[in-house]
Amino acid sequence: MTGTFLGMPAFPQAAAAALRDGRLRANLRHATHTIRDKRARAVAELDDWAELRAAGKAIKDHTLRHLDRYLVQLEEAVAAAGGAVHWAADAEEANRIVADLVHATGETEVVKVKSMATQEIGLNEALAAEGITAYETDLAELIVQLGDDRPSHILVPAIHRNRAEIREIFAERMAAWGRPAPADLTDSPAELAEAARLHLREKFLRARVAVSGANFMVAETGTLVVVESEGNGRMCLTLPRTLISVVGIEKVVPTWRDLEVFLQLLPRSSTAERMNPYTSLWTGLGPSKGADGDGPSAFHLVLLDNGRTAALADQVGRQALRCIRCSACLNVCPVYERAGGHAYGSVYPGPIGAILTPQLRGITSPVDASLPYASSLCGACYEVCPVAIDIPEVLVHLRERVAEQGGHPLERAAIAAAGYLFDHPAALAAAERLAGRTRALHPRRLPGPGRAWTDTRDLPQVPAEPFRDWWRRNRS
Amino acid sequence: MTSRESILARIRAALADPAPAPEQPIPRDYLRTHSPDDPAALLDLLHHNLADYRARVHRCTEAELPGALAGLLAERGSRTVAVPPGLPPAWLGAAAVTAVPDDGTLTAARLDTVDSVVTGCALAIAETGTIMLDGGPGQGRRLLSLVPDHHLCVVRAPGQVVASVPLALPRLDPARPQTWISGPSATSDIELDRVEGVHGPRTLEVLLVEG
Repeated sequence: MTGTFLGMPAFPQAAAAALRDGRLRANLRHATHTIRDKRARAVAELDDWAELRAAGKAIKDHTLRHLDRYLVQLEEAVAAAGGAVHWAADAEEANRIVADLVHATGETEVVKVKSMATQEIGLNEALAAEGITAYETDLAELIVQLGDDRPSHILVPAIHRNRAEIREIFAERMAAWGRPAPADLTDSPAELAEAARLHLREKFLRARVAVSGANFMVAETGTLVVVESEGNGRMCLTLPRTLISVVGIEKVVPTWRDLEVFLQLLPRSSTAERMNPYTSLWTGLGPSKGADGDGPSAFHLVLLDNGRTAALADQVGRQALRCIRCSACLNVCPVYERAGGHAYGSVYPGPIGAILTPQLRGITSPVDASLPYASSLCGACYEVCPVAIDIPEVLVHLRERVAEQGGHPLERAAIAAAGYLFDHPAALAAAERLAGRTRALHPRRLPGPGRAWTDTRDLPQVPAEPFRDWWRRNRS
Repeated sequence: MTSRESILARIRAALADPAPAPEQPIPRDYLRTHSPDDPAALLDLLHHNLADYRARVHRCTEAELPGALAGLLAERGSRTVAVPPGLPPAWLGAAAVTAVPDDGTLTAARLDTVDSVVTGCALAIAETGTIMLDGGPGQGRRLLSLVPDHHLCVVRAPGQVVASVPLALPRLDPARPQTWISGPSATSDIELDRVEGVHGPRTLEVLLVEG
């Protein structure tokens, strides 16, 4: 990665632009502060939160340590319950598998449950290229899709939009996608939700194929779990004939019992609720293998790697694979609150994105190499993480990896010069005296590439004479 | 090599460690329940938590159940009611409604025109205000409790009420499709503030039946 700016390329530039957007900052501040206090109250209700957190961490670590075994067990259990399991090494293969499965049904439309994995692989775009229209049905995803926008938060992808902007998007864009918004639509959240209900209901009743992700997969039973609020997930998981779930391989947990930990940790961390409104659990095609008319008659599970095994190989970085996508770390992060999600250049923004994205995509591009620096290392993310991911530790570790790739040429030159001086005491003394005597000529800010560093800092003052000279004069 | 083989091989290579640290057992010293073992208190807690998330909660005895259901349906003005297989016939015995029984062929489009659905449940969790449906008798297929805009759910206490998530899971069969419901459909997608009523039933009424 020669020729890139160590620690100051894409994220700082994108963040600087976002910081000038007063409305974005106001929207983010309002939303993150609302959820922050609620989460703290929801967590405080449980006396054993620390124990649940430790158990969640341990279950995930144990699973990762035996990931091959649990995936094979999961595959067998899903197949025994009438599901078909596919393995996708990367985004391209996953998209290919899903597109072929949809083509095989003869359909050209799918309804989608909100899913980070399918965003990560760019499924909607890949399906569009195959003549298949994917309709997002989560309210925030709908706002993003209608607005031709990008997601900026894991839980609430349209967090950067306020109610007035959402009203505008619905009023202008819904008609092009299906049922138009009511003519007298106001920006009251209840009316906006009602408009989404009417717009999407015709799609739910018509859809023959659905695509989802999953929050958890249980190896011993083959059960998949989707946690949601609106009921769009239930619609997609229940009404269509064919269900295709694309799930990262790290989403597996060993046992049914393990859900007792995660279904306590996730809702309180995510939406700050004792329990989210709807949780759907299904095992293949159910006891009747799809014959009872309850839910789909065909179920496909696509297990996605797409960089996860690379993260697993990093003994420090692999803890990012414990993530249950609650987004608590985004909501408390001072950097996220000000820069917003788009600055992270990934569907995974915020602190977890800063450690997950560079591991999934590698640190070869400027934006990915900049992400480990998109943090003040304050540690708030670690405090709230329900599976105790030490995000600051991984950030520092990834910074080391970025530096090992070569770092910045000027930084290398500076370190080499310092190394020479410390090896040569006479040269060091001469350089110190020279620096002291030319004090009046020193600039207050650095020129050239160093300027950004002094945008927010003063250069240290050089003393009039080196300490060693002063010592010799006064004490010897 | 298939992708299955290559992914499994990559996992094994990633985990290859000549001297792995000894593995500790999963610490499960979290609580099995956060509530005292008192059926009356649990029922009150369930009532409180359901209501806190905007479910409308009512209470009655077994003998009062048909009358209570009839009253709630009349109050809402419901004329058609979807009925899952296995719902005790007596429950709707006093209601002046047209029953729409599900024989496994009711479509979502048909259910979209039905005013209400009445179901039982498998279990309810007091600490989280959750009712759990598993497709058993009186619950039926998942779309029954999803498409109609009004869901009336009967919970029998104390038999169907548990305190906590850890106490609920062992009583559920993973092979059966399940829906856990905590209040009516809601969203936090507009400014992270909760609004009730999106795609699922916008009105959830829970009838807690004692005795």
